[in-house]
Amino acid sequence: MTDTPSKLLSGASSALPTRRQALKTLAAGAGAAVTMPLWSRYAGAQSAEPIRIGFGKHATGIGAAYGRWYERTSVAALAKINAEGGINGRPVELVTEDDGTDPKRAAEVLEKFASQSKCDIAFGTLFSHVVIGAAPRAAELKLPYFVVSEGHHVASGMLNRWTLQPGITDVKSQVTAMAPFLTNTLGKKVTMIYPDYGFGYDHRDNLTPAITAAGGEVVAQIAIPPTETSFTKYFPKIPRDTEVIYHVMVGPAVLTFVKEMGEFFGPSRPEIFGFIDSLEAVDMTSPGLEFLEGTYFWEGMPRYLQADAPDYVKAYRDAVGIDENGASTSDGADVSTAAHMFGCWETLHIIKAGMEAADYKSTDDRQALIEAVEAMTDMPAGPDHPQGAKRFNGKTHQVFGPQYISKVTDGKLVVAETVGYEDTLYPDEVDYTTMSF
Amino acid sequence: MRGKSWGAVVALHLGLVAVLFALNFVLPVYHQGVLARVMVLAVYAIGYNIAFGYTGLLSLGHAMFFAAGLYGAGLMGLHFGMAAVPAWAFGTGAGALLALVVGALALRTAGVSFMIVTLMFAQAVYLTILYFGDITHGDDGFVVPSVSRTLAGIDLSQQHPRYLVGWALFSAALLFSLWLVRAPFGRVLVAIRENEERARLLGYDTGARKLGALVISGTISAASGAAYGLLFGYVGASFAGVQYSIFALLWVLLGGAGTVLGPFVGTLFMFYLIDLATEVTDAYMLIAGVVLVGLTLFAPQGIVGEVRRRLWRDLP
Repeated sequence: MTDTPSKLLSGASSALPTRRQALKTLAAGAGAAVTMPLWSRYAGAQSAEPIRIGFGKHATGIGAAYGRWYERTSVAALAKINAEGGINGRPVELVTEDDGTDPKRAAEVLEKFASQSKCDIAFGTLFSHVVIGAAPRAAELKLPYFVVSEGHHVASGMLNRWTLQPGITDVKSQVTAMAPFLTNTLGKKVTMIYPDYGFGYDHRDNLTPAITAAGGEVVAQIAIPPTETSFTKYFPKIPRDTEVIYHVMVGPAVLTFVKEMGEFFGPSRPEIFGFIDSLEAVDMTSPGLEFLEGTYFWEGMPRYLQADAPDYVKAYRDAVGIDENGASTSDGADVSTAAHMFGCWETLHIIKAGMEAADYKSTDDRQALIEAVEAMTDMPAGPDHPQGAKRFNGKTHQVFGPQYISKVTDGKLVVAETVGYEDTLYPDEVDYTTMSF
Repeated sequence: MRGKSWGAVVALHLGLVAVLFALNFVLPVYHQGVLARVMVLAVYAIGYNIAFGYTGLLSLGHAMFFAAGLYGAGLMGLHFGMAAVPAWAFGTGAGALLALVVGALALRTAGVSFMIVTLMFAQAVYLTILYFGDITHGDDGFVVPSVSRTLAGIDLSQQHPRYLVGWALFSAALLFSLWLVRAPFGRVLVAIRENEERARLLGYDTGARKLGALVISGTISAASGAAYGLLFGYVGASFAGVQYSIFALLWVLLGGAGTVLGPFVGTLFMFYLIDLATEVTDAYMLIAGVVLVGLTLFAPQGIVGEVRRRLWRDLP
């Protein structure tokens, strides 16, 4: 768990200080002097008490790679926010708890944030089942819960007024935005290969009508059970007239999947399009992935530094600590989850904007914070929104933003096309603003 | 057991029930919420204890019964808007039926084979939940609608009603368990655990009694699952995964297999062990692991089991 500065600095002092305590005091004094310019920015605030943001981290379990990078991105975002004067003049700190990528634990973690850690709000969490498991508790606790999940569960109306997703787009808008590119650029006849559970169904159910609307046709839907470790028996099911293969396999078997697909097709393959979720945190130069050369991927935000990247994107990448290949600057083998983690950065900036718009002072203002975020609309690209310009829909609690289509070129992902948020919108399925708090 | 000693045992268990009731009104909100959750999950452990602790049936698939209750109640709420009590009853009944069917098949085996067969059945249930994703919402799960989380006009998602319903269920399961292990049926279960061959030679139909024990165990586990879904508002496939079968085993072993209070103590101990370890370090699982190894080495019969061995030999 992240220790708070106040906790670190507030040791009880006895009447007769020991040499160690004296040294500690001197060290604290020196630290305060060094950081004086930073603290002086908070002096004008009515309360210098930090704003505490509870961060549900996938530190263990299936989402651990995401959790690691979500935390790094969040820490970097808060360092920037604090350096710019915090929120309403108050410093902001992250209170991190491992949710184990488990919905039961995630609900318990929210309870801890609300009652034990005295957090103002809760934030984080990628995996859909974790969000869905925790969100009811957020509503019961009346705790604003900002998720970075990309699931459609927020905009579908399944959750509640206390749960918002303002920093990352949802899978429905992502998938439907890909259909025109698939049919216009790669081919009209599409075969889908997807895991036989919720994540795969999201793609199946959203892409199929979108392809039809774009003038194409899904000629086969091949669902692969999640327990499968070899895929050779599924490839003969791909119709011969397939022009595009759309794949969204995830999990540890994905390398086997790609390798076996390469062995099946050899040099005469159809066009291939996938979602980078398959290969998040996986090095594109891993053995077996050579077959992906020349294929296309959806990316939430480009992993590799693009030639035309604006300065604010470079600043974001430097702050988070990723190199031009999207790996950690301190360890080139530690590949980031670049396509998703920007959502933490942007969400924290939206929380700051929301709290400042609501003149947030204490947990009594949580409802005002929700209403302030619901009132947001356009979010221009820039240092606070490095992924691109977005539009937030306060009724559905969901943001819409640009989608990137990248081509594997010399083992790197190079953006081939960008879809603006205007082309990712879909009709509202819920109006949370009509629900009571 | 002597009358006086039995009186003390009853007083101890009723005392725990009374203390838990009183804690609703004095605990800080976080710990009150924790205890509500622990009591509901302890019911699951009590169910497991009847099969494993008292009958010697080492199941590695009890999550299927918990999930049967969870989904039985949750799906009735989601698709039919069923009220809390009938939804809970439906979930509990679903678990009882599943336990009857699984028991009739799995009890043809014993020992390691029984472990594997129950594990396989549980995996089949888990994959069934994923396969019928259109109905069950697959691995994502779903939020239980508020109509099923209301009892006589009282919102079960609220702090005190949730605690009291969890307490009532736990108290009923605990006292039933206490009664059962002293009843003739329960004593035969212990005889089967100790030496099934001898029990059979004494004329007992051990097969029927093991099936009865498994059905009771599965029903109580399902009652816990159904209550969990309705009280905490989420139903998901992760609760049917193998780790939730292992949790029940772990809680019972830690608390003391074959003790009435052991499942509750084990569940409570495990929750706070993880919760407090996360305060100390990110590597909290290491702390939990070391403590568990230590407990296994120095208190192999579990916490309540050790109390029985050292201090109170008549403790059931």
